[in-house]
Amino acid sequence: MNAIEITDLTKYYGKARGIVALNLTVKEGEFFGFIGPNGAGKSTTIRTLLGLINATSGQAKVLGLDIQKGMQDILANVGYLPSEAVFYSGMKVKDILNLSAGLRKKDCSEEAGRLCERLRLDLSRKADELSFGNRKKAAIVSALQHNPRLLILDEPTGGLDPLMQHEFFQILRERNAKGTTIFFSSHVLSEVQRNCSRAAIIREGRIIACDSVEALAQTNAKRVTVHGKLSLQDLNGVRDLKETADSCSFLYSGDLKHLLQRLSEEDIADLSVAEPDLEEIFLHYYKK
Amino acid sequence: MTLLKHEMRQGWKTLAVWTVSIGFFIVICVLMYPEMGEEMEGVNEIFSSMGAFTSAFGMDRLNFGTLSGFYAIECGNILGIGGSFFAAFIAVASLAKEEKERTAEFLLSHPVGRPWLVTQKLLAVMLQIFIMNAVVFALSVSSILIIGEDIPWNQLCLLHLAHFLVQIELAGICFGISSFLRRSGIGIGLGIAAVMYFLNITANLSKSAEFLKYITPFAYAEGADILAAGSLEGKLLLPGILYTLIGICTAYWKYCSKDIQ
Repeated sequence: MNAIEITDLTKYYGKARGIVALNLTVKEGEFFGFIGPNGAGKSTTIRTLLGLINATSGQAKVLGLDIQKGMQDILANVGYLPSEAVFYSGMKVKDILNLSAGLRKKDCSEEAGRLCERLRLDLSRKADELSFGNRKKAAIVSALQHNPRLLILDEPTGGLDPLMQHEFFQILRERNAKGTTIFFSSHVLSEVQRNCSRAAIIREGRIIACDSVEALAQTNAKRVTVHGKLSLQDLNGVRDLKETADSCSFLYSGDLKHLLQRLSEEDIADLSVAEPDLEEIFLHYYKK
Repeated sequence: MTLLKHEMRQGWKTLAVWTVSIGFFIVICVLMYPEMGEEMEGVNEIFSSMGAFTSAFGMDRLNFGTLSGFYAIECGNILGIGGSFFAAFIAVASLAKEEKERTAEFLLSHPVGRPWLVTQKLLAVMLQIFIMNAVVFALSVSSILIIGEDIPWNQLCLLHLAHFLVQIELAGICFGISSFLRRSGIGIGLGIAAVMYFLNITANLSKSAEFLKYITPFAYAEGADILAAGSLEGKLLLPGILYTLIGICTAYWKYCSKDIQ
């Protein structure tokens, strides 16, 4: 079964574009990355899947259930982590987690305790007094404590220190190993590259690429770094040029024969040609 | 019931402050009654000769010298204004506050269903109004016992019931408005309560404005009419029930279909 199945999903806010004819499938058990710049439609997609906003047209299914008809059952099996966690004022962390568990009609105290220990979250603190990072931890526990089949995470590591980020991903990998599907929206492309098996890139409301992370990283572009003097005049396919006094580095997606010919004509001290990382691919897709 | 309990926990301070405030002023008024007893003849004459002011507040049809008459005017105003402001205040904030305080995302990402959420919030509003009225009623009865007067049960119950219904109607209307709002609507809620109060005064002042009695809920809580008739006026109550139901149904219709920001 597919965990998420989106067919021609469109959302307009009045005349403003949210997402347009979005098609996306996430298989159950996948660790799926969802990448896009600000305003691309990531949050619109997520909020439509969760029933927070209504689609203008199109369909979507989550865990085999239509979002129009089966939202309550969907939400019973989904854990959602928003980019910014906001809780009711005056409540302690344990009250928030109890409220969350109560709304799910489940006793999640054991799992909540385990997660709080791993994330070093003090249950007795008031939510109003928590730092941004600790509020994020409380939201993480709230999203995970009921052992959902699908986790939808919207920029989950914002505010977490490196140790907690490591612990958080460890928890996610453990959950994924047990079969939990993870739909992970992030700007931190190294996290997507390290953890996700597949990813989709969204731009201006449309999916522009969706493939395994390995395939996405293998574009015809190469990161070329040259030490010495090199003229790039009339050389097509050069972007993201970074120059220093004695070197230059650029993404090259043109004809390699032309590049090699140019290199052979110039005074080059050193050369490296590498696969670009996902961050560079991301920039490559945006500048297309 | 989880959400109902949560709503009650979140709102208990507001409930306590308004209940204590309204109860306090009613108790003070009742405790003042014996002192004013000797001067009642004079007070009655003054109030009955104040022209438009007299009829606006029904003081031409009430004997200010009796406990029932005194209570209907003084305590009726305190409970009428205070109670209606409280009902409007909590109802207009009920649904809107989730988006205003940005807790809607947390709440609605749980398997709660919007109709269920609206029901729980509506029950919380109505329960708070009931509790406030129950406590104030108990305080009224206690204060009447303290001053050694006989409790006019029938009249007291009718007056309190009438004001309770006013509050329910205003809460229903403001609850419906709350479903449209994403920010604070306190001004709107209190404004509606105030406008309704003044519409009733206007209806009392002029025969040509009597139709306003079918719009404002304060018309069927008019102390003078209740004491004179010994009952609430059904033909004024029915439109009130209709407005309440329209407000509540509007809340369900709007909140269950709106985009949550």
